[in-house]
Amino acid sequence: MTTQLTLSDLDVSDGTAMVVDVVSDGSQIGDGFRDRLIAMGLRKGKTVKVLRKAPAGDPYQVRVGSTTEIAIRKTEAKLVLISKS
Amino acid sequence: MIVASSASSVQTKNKIPRIVFIGQPNTGKSTFFNTVTKSNAGVANWPGLTVDFMQANLDNNGKTYEFVDLPGIYDLEGFTEDELVVQKFLENYNFDLIVCVINASQIDRQILMPLQVQRLGLPCVLMLNMADEVKRFGVKINTKELSETLNMPVFTISAKYGSGCVLAIQGIWDKLQTIDDSYKCSDIANFFRSNKVTDKDMDEVCKIGVEMPSEDVTTFSNRLDSILLNRVVGLPIFFISMLAVFLAIWFVGMPLQDPVGNFTDWLQGAAIEPSLSFLPKGFSDFIINGPYAGFAALLGFVPLVAFFFVVMTALEDSGYLSRAAYLMDALMRAAGLDGRGFVLQLFGFGCNVPAIMGTRTIRSKTQRLLSILIIPFALCSARLQVFVFFLGIILPGIVGGFALWLLYIISFVVAFVLAMIFNLSGQFKSKDPFVIELPPYRTPTFKQVALNVWSEMTTFVRNLAIFMIIGTCITWYLTNYPGGAEGMNTYAGRIGTFFQPLMAPLGINPLLTVSLIIGFVAKEVQLAAVATMYGLGEGSDALKTTLGGVITFRQGFSYCLFSLLYVPCLTTVATIWGETKSARFTIFSVTVSMVVAWVVAFGFYQSWGLIFS
Repeated sequence: MTTQLTLSDLDVSDGTAMVVDVVSDGSQIGDGFRDRLIAMGLRKGKTVKVLRKAPAGDPYQVRVGSTTEIAIRKTEAKLVLISKS
Repeated sequence: MIVASSASSVQTKNKIPRIVFIGQPNTGKSTFFNTVTKSNAGVANWPGLTVDFMQANLDNNGKTYEFVDLPGIYDLEGFTEDELVVQKFLENYNFDLIVCVINASQIDRQILMPLQVQRLGLPCVLMLNMADEVKRFGVKINTKELSETLNMPVFTISAKYGSGCVLAIQGIWDKLQTIDDSYKCSDIANFFRSNKVTDKDMDEVCKIGVEMPSEDVTTFSNRLDSILLNRVVGLPIFFISMLAVFLAIWFVGMPLQDPVGNFTDWLQGAAIEPSLSFLPKGFSDFIINGPYAGFAALLGFVPLVAFFFVVMTALEDSGYLSRAAYLMDALMRAAGLDGRGFVLQLFGFGCNVPAIMGTRTIRSKTQRLLSILIIPFALCSARLQVFVFFLGIILPGIVGGFALWLLYIISFVVAFVLAMIFNLSGQFKSKDPFVIELPPYRTPTFKQVALNVWSEMTTFVRNLAIFMIIGTCITWYLTNYPGGAEGMNTYAGRIGTFFQPLMAPLGINPLLTVSLIIGFVAKEVQLAAVATMYGLGEGSDALKTTLGGVITFRQGFSYCLFSLLYVPCLTTVATIWGETKSARFTIFSVTVSMVVAWVVAFGFYQSWGLIFS
């Protein structure tokens, strides 16, 4: 069994990857947060690219698609399932 | 023809048609709203809703229309406070038209809300804002195709620079002519649970009329980020720029207060006193040292706060504050907060009130409460005045500047350590997710900054005026009664004496104790109270000399520490109550700050005594 890659595994050197799914822990906050991530553009089929990591290695600066950039913590990046192209 | 959905229903036509503005945060929605309403909007309170928003009435062809600017939200179905407010508004108030504003350079994801409105079956006009960025990014949008697919008029605008706005506003009026009904929604969140706008829906719309640029371009913002967010120099640059901000406040903001003070003094001497001369002495004395003193103190305070907001608004509009949140996130995490918490704390340095209101963006209730709990420790510009005055007496010259800088550090450290303790104690343990947008760098425009500062300042004056006037009236009463009493025999003196057992170990004398009690109302009146207690003019050289003679450094700094950490002002307490709707939490917050203030001032005063005596 291969472990599912998530956005938190992505490195700056990896370049662009593809979002496969965004998961929720099932709680109301989790569901709401999943919706927020989707509203920020992290949805299936979109590309993601880690531009850089903060001085402490976390959070990440991530480009979503071509014109959206976000800061996301490692913990939250784990919710975004990806596949490397 | 628009067909209402199961979550929307046709209502009797509003006498005054209502136009509602919705959109994601940071899309320039409010800027466009200001353009449409020609900045004539005022804050309105809607029964049943917790948040105030801007509203304006406009006349067109002899008919009145009402425009409402709802809070920025990510989608219509969520359950954060702002999202619930928007849902509640649409469910409780009839409206005639929705104006949806999106950042068109991100249309691939922002198309969500127009689609949701379409699905609800509501009449809508779509504004594709940020035309300038669309061009820069090379996003191509066929508005005609988009308009046909969505079945709503679509306009390309740049609210910031004004281009396209005339046409767009005409488009709103034209659309209004075609609408014969008013609308109302019901149970929006539930509706979307079974009628979700899917990824596929969004992609399909974008496939027809939208072409997004390549994912690999390096923008100007990317190049700037490689310096400003650099792992090595990013943080130093941030700290230097913050230092520059506070130096600017010191060298530009503070001197701005003098002309205003001179003006209110002049007004008092030239107009108020002569025009009150027909009144009995006691009464005119009351008006001048009560309500007028409160008004003058508030006015004198406006330039400093306004200057602070100018700087902060410019920084926020430039996109740098979001970067600050990114840079500081790791540190704040140790205290159970995140990067946003740091930016809010930074805002708290201007005024605690808007900072507390800003916590609305935090989803987790416990984390929000934790933020609210520590913001009052941020050294706000009102307290700054107290320190500038006292440090000028006890530590004249450049040393005073360093002491002030030290107070800023203490302010942050206390807030941070408290957050850490409460987080560890499990009381406010939180798992709020952290994800924020990093918008491209933008040049703040004069118009936007001015508008924002104006709205902040009017709110500020409106919120504080009544407290200031009541505060100075109470001070006047306590320091002048019972009739004929002076100094320690007045009510104020007696109260101060009563608290001596508690305050003497901090080196705070009865007169200063009274000023602290009055400072509970607002820090601006605290200095006025010191002046009244010593029977000398506020800020006068005589007062400085007198205080310099009676107060040692040890006492003065202890007084500063106490002023820094105890309850900032009544408005802050009222805001905490308003935002948390919990009397218990409000009392808890007040208690925590009193205890911390006492402990820190006690610790300083006593240990200084042990070391240097």
